[in-house]
Amino acid sequence: MDHFNWNALDRAWPYLLDGMYTTAMLTAVGMVLGILLGTGLAIARLFGPPWLAWLARIYTDTFRSIPLILTIFWVYFLVPYVLRTITGNPNLDVGPVYAALTAFVLAEAAYFGEIIRGGLGSVPKGQMQAATALGMGQFTALRLIVLPQAFRNMMPSLVSQSIGLLMDTSLVYVISLNDFLGAATKVAQRDGTIVEVYLFVALVYLALCSLGAALVARLQRRRAGH
Amino acid sequence: MNYSWDFLVYFKPSVTGEGVYWHLLASGLGWTLLLSLLSWVLALALALFIGIARTLPHRALRWPAAVFVHCFRNVPLLVQVFLWFYVVPELLPQAIGMAIKQAPPTLSQFLTMLLALSLFTAAKAAELVRAGIEAVPRGQKHAAKAMGFGMVDSYRFVILPQALRIVVAPLTSDFMNVFKNSAVALTIGLLELTGRSRQFSEFSAQPFEAFIAATLIYMAITWCVVMFMRHVERRLRIPGTGGA
Repeated sequence: MDHFNWNALDRAWPYLLDGMYTTAMLTAVGMVLGILLGTGLAIARLFGPPWLAWLARIYTDTFRSIPLILTIFWVYFLVPYVLRTITGNPNLDVGPVYAALTAFVLAEAAYFGEIIRGGLGSVPKGQMQAATALGMGQFTALRLIVLPQAFRNMMPSLVSQSIGLLMDTSLVYVISLNDFLGAATKVAQRDGTIVEVYLFVALVYLALCSLGAALVARLQRRRAGH
Repeated sequence: MNYSWDFLVYFKPSVTGEGVYWHLLASGLGWTLLLSLLSWVLALALALFIGIARTLPHRALRWPAAVFVHCFRNVPLLVQVFLWFYVVPELLPQAIGMAIKQAPPTLSQFLTMLLALSLFTAAKAAELVRAGIEAVPRGQKHAAKAMGFGMVDSYRFVILPQALRIVVAPLTSDFMNVFKNSAVALTIGLLELTGRSRQFSEFSAQPFEAFIAATLIYMAITWCVVMFMRHVERRLRIPGTGGA
């Protein structure tokens, strides 16, 4: 082990931190917008008119059956294409960051949507009926009565899915985006320190995801304690 | 949109001279299926052992199993693949490392991915096996003990037959995930279905047709997995228990 060159990591810090920032940004945006869009999908499937419920189901099933890398490829060529058509500017380019963000939001919405649908289903039907009997509209009842209870029930699943998302953001490697893994790869290739850098990357992901897993365990215990 | 659709592109020869485009996709599909199915079989076997070990009273078995599950679940698959592909050969004795590097590239890419995907999938499935074992009512275990079954026999005849039936349905999504996760192989150069569809889109300049074909194939695989697992669940159901 004495031929390891850990000093090489010292000089790479700013670059790696920059990569970590991209990873955190992808995870955070994917999580927030994914949960928002996923809530919409879940509500559409449970309370929407049949045609909308059907569309939401097709959307969910499609995104859940294809690999995330394929979703990234789809978006990477489709988004500039659509934007060029809309704006009429043939040279418009959106860059890999927005393509990756769009891909994660679209795919995560499908995954979060399924969790939220399960969570909404776990709230007894009587809650919705009682709320509407009190004179609330269906939307108000969802917002004030059903969703708050549902979100409390599905917190552990939402956090686990977000840990999965954090790990999946490493897949932006395929469009050469400088996330944490991408930045580390460039450092490793430049300095010839592949072994040290990849071991370090694995440890960082392990540490971050362990924190998340501990949070999930805590949330589950708290729910079980009720 | 001024895209020129050409659904006959599938039957046109690829610029690489590797045959017509649908041949590229078919060869990619072949790798995806071979890789995923083999990984799934290996992962299930390993998950069974590790899942059982997680529920045993012996610390010497429970702890290593817990560490295995934790490490392989909490590092991204892509990072694990890079560790096996780039890092491990460097850490092995030089002779073995050289032998790995000199192996035919497709073989070493395939075996690396098979190893990484099997371990990653096993860690996830092991948790389901453990949850299944823990879901078997405690009275069953105690009753087995009271009837004079030893540890091995009570697992074999009483606990596992019930636990494994419980895990069939939740395993469906893990089985689907193996096929999706196998796409990571393209990062180390193995041209499975997603890799081939990208190649197709780049060579033919018909990205819509290429990705639509790949999407439909993956959807068909998912459908087959769901049907297969439903069939397994029905076949295994104990008559009179009503099913889960």
